[in-house]
Amino acid sequence: MHPAISVICFTLFSGAGYGLISFLCLDDLFDLNFTLSGSGRLWLVAVALVLITVGLLASTLHLANPRNAWRAFFRFRTSWLSREGVFAVLLYPVALVWLLTLWNSEAGGSKILAALTFCLAIATLFSTGMIYACLKTIRQWNTALTPTNYILLGFMLGSLILVASGAGNVTIAVGMVGAAALGKLIYYYWIGQPAGPTINSALGFTRATVRLLDVGHGEGNFLTDEFGYEVAKTRLIWLRVISIVFGFLVPAALLLFFGSAAGIPAMLSGFAGVFIERWLFFAEARHVVNLYHGSQST
Amino acid sequence: MKLGLVIDLDTCVGCHACAVACKQWNTSGTSGPLSDYDPYGSKPSGVWFNRIRHYEVDDYPNNKTINAPMSCMHCEDAACVTVCPTGASYKRPEDGIVLIDQDKCMGCNYCSWACPYGARELDQESGTMKKCTLCVDRIYDENLPESERQPVCVLTCPSHARFFGDFDDPDSEVSKQVRQRSGYSMMPEQGYNPTNKYLPPRQPPAVETHKPRQVSREEHAAEDKPMAQIQRWIAQQLKRQA
Repeated sequence: MHPAISVICFTLFSGAGYGLISFLCLDDLFDLNFTLSGSGRLWLVAVALVLITVGLLASTLHLANPRNAWRAFFRFRTSWLSREGVFAVLLYPVALVWLLTLWNSEAGGSKILAALTFCLAIATLFSTGMIYACLKTIRQWNTALTPTNYILLGFMLGSLILVASGAGNVTIAVGMVGAAALGKLIYYYWIGQPAGPTINSALGFTRATVRLLDVGHGEGNFLTDEFGYEVAKTRLIWLRVISIVFGFLVPAALLLFFGSAAGIPAMLSGFAGVFIERWLFFAEARHVVNLYHGSQST
Repeated sequence: MKLGLVIDLDTCVGCHACAVACKQWNTSGTSGPLSDYDPYGSKPSGVWFNRIRHYEVDDYPNNKTINAPMSCMHCEDAACVTVCPTGASYKRPEDGIVLIDQDKCMGCNYCSWACPYGARELDQESGTMKKCTLCVDRIYDENLPESERQPVCVLTCPSHARFFGDFDDPDSEVSKQVRQRSGYSMMPEQGYNPTNKYLPPRQPPAVETHKPRQVSREEHAAEDKPMAQIQRWIAQQLKRQA
């Protein structure tokens, strides 16, 4: 799949924003030992909302006809993309009212609003993952590991932002990095297993070898541009290594050795690693239409 | 009604006439124009509803060239419709044709990701997704003679490899063809239940081709001597005389 920068930025920034706001909600509900002042909490909620907004705006950049983007809320019953949009938009008023109750500590209902905001943030992250996981055409995405990893990586980035702001809990951040790394490693193992349709089942000739003679068009077209994106295998492996090192190993090592003093470099490294991870998520996905263009398997 | 196509992989000659006719009709049809990019330049490209790919199946001497025209399969469980967030993609309940409302599409490409058959292509000029309409603007046109109320790809096919009809009617041409020739769906394991069916190529026995005479090293050395060559020539001439 063609890795569109707009979609990578969307899942990266809004994912981090939802992770951050989830942790702030959990802290309000259960007190996670964050060293947060009253105004610090307000600022961090604002940062989370800015990250979410930046991500959502980036996602509209890949629309070829953004004039009709407002229609995307209407197929809530069947489309995960629509659900994601609805949850994302619903979160704003709830989070803003929660922000008001935090600001005016005399107003009650903060806990209920924190719980609601948390549920909406999780629902949005889950929906983002399900946008990809529900596609039977791309076996590397069509797994429960996809939404799991979207949630884990969002939470990991959120906890790293918290540590970088000086308010976070290093133990929680290291735990999130470990959980996200584990999820990603299971995912890489999973997609390494041969599975899915082949050129034989794609064309219905299952008792003989099938080879592409001619694809029927001289230059590229939408299908080859969108789905035919291919990167050399060795480069993919190197990028995997780089994303694991920057995404998980460096932040974990920095936090374990230097504690919250190394919060900012740990966060930046985490973002860089997850950016590459997100790029790979698209670049490694092989759509079944490639079978008609000569691939023997996906 | 369940309208769709049957494509005969045995008789399709891979001439691309169906694709050209499709482009010609549909570029001025309901979801036209089908934009071209750089049409007279070095890298021409554009939107097509129908693409023909060519394959070689099996190995020599049983190999066969297969030309596989593919357009929208008008699936019964069309994931392109369920994933669409705007409701631009829809499947008509009355005849099963899958269409895109060009006024609602926001060009997010999501439906094309859900389609295993590569039936949907984004038109960069209009910013909307486009696909085969099964010539919905022909098949119900009462101004056309009844024999011409068919998709243009079917009408134009010079080898009669394409059939159009109602799969719900057991006596329709498409139902009969599928029944008699074991028509099948492409990539059925995706579970989309495509309406369009393909007829497999017939299997004639492999054609006997020239087989070089197997000669051992000793025989070859013996035959190579000048006397042996002359003897063989004489024997050949005598055989011809007789």
